[in-house]
Amino acid sequence: MHETMVAENILRAIVEQAEKIGTRPLSAVISCGQFNTLNDEIMQFAFDAAAAGTVCEGMTLKIKHIPLRATCRQCKLMFEFDLYNPHCPGCRREEFDFEPDAPLLLEEIEFEEPK
Amino acid sequence: MKISLGQKILSRNEECAQKNREFFKKHKILCLNVISSPGAGKTSLLVRTIQDLKDQLKIGVIEGDLETDNDARKILAAGAAAFQIETKGACHLSAEQVQNALKMIEAEKMDLVFIENVGNLVCPSAFDLGESKRVVILSIPEGDDKPAKYPGTFAGASVVLINKIDLLAHIEFNLQRVLADIRTVNPTAQILQLSAAVGEGMQNWYNWLKEQIEK
Ligand SMILES: Nc1nc2c(ncn2[C@@H]2O[C@H](COP(=O)(O)OP(=O)(O)OP(=O)(O)O)[C@@H](O)[C@H]2O)c(=O)[nH]1
Ligand SMILES: [Mg+2]
Ligand SMILES: [Zn+2]
Repeated sequence: MHETMVAENILRAIVEQAEKIGTRPLSAVISCGQFNTLNDEIMQFAFDAAAAGTVCEGMTLKIKHIPLRATCRQCKLMFEFDLYNPHCPGCRREEFDFEPDAPLLLEEIEFEEPK
Repeated sequence: MKISLGQKILSRNEECAQKNREFFKKHKILCLNVISSPGAGKTSLLVRTIQDLKDQLKIGVIEGDLETDNDARKILAAGAAAFQIETKGACHLSAEQVQNALKMIEAEKMDLVFIENVGNLVCPSAFDLGESKRVVILSIPEGDDKPAKYPGTFAGASVVLINKIDLLAHIEFNLQRVLADIRTVNPTAQILQLSAAVGEGMQNWYNWLKEQIEK
């Protein structure tokens, strides 16, 4: 349930922006890599709990999972790595070099139109 | 109306982690963040390490637990400085908690600081504490499928310790599979087999520690 701390951090960042913009935030897009292991449902649940009673109450979160790029050491194929099916799609080998995993980012927020 | 940000979500934790990292660098401290499932043997490993190395190294330990200070008391009894963080339900430590605990154990006087993270194979790995290196422990009774099930945790380790190797004769455990699965997500980690209870393999672990301290 590290989603709780992530949710609190997202909330803080959105509230900060909402104060500048002056209208109600409706939804937000966050992105994460493969090693953060954020679960979409738990994330929304944790966010709802954190947002209750704030300007963010009722917001929806969209989570973009950014693929992890790996290069096969054997055949040099570059591919999107599936953590739960760790084979090279070209030669089926299991030895790779990885690109850095994507960080947790708050990508965008959608606000109500100002009147 | 949409605004684009691309802002780091855990920036507060990262700022604190960066401060911790600078602190370790300034005082020439090796700080190890120890991550495993509950009961894999984190405390046992630290207790034996302290008993064997306390005459050569000044060691401090920050203990993270949901409740109770049992582990910190074991560390104190073994002869190292200890501070217990009770997370009250949170499943991982944060860099800010570590920052405060470093003051409590007077970490600037230490050569080696261990952080025993909350027993959990998922959440702690998402939070940088500013540590120099990560130690992940997997114990034989947990089963040989753990690296395949929790690849993110094993990917971040500098060293993986396979503990309770004394039980290998009694429990079905495919060591070759585990070694291969760790290699798949982490081509560079050192993998050491040991028993914190019996003492087998501990010398390799101490050698690894001393190599890191000399770096
Ligand atoms: N057979 C065997 N038992 C071990 C070994 N290392 C630890 N144990 C036992 O495993 C149990 C849990 O060990 P701890 O050191 O408390 O594990 P931990 O990871 O600190 O546990 P938490 O802090 O609760 O997450 C204890 O009963 C230890 O005696 C080992 O190498 N072999
Ligand atoms: Mg313990
Ligand atoms: Zn290949």
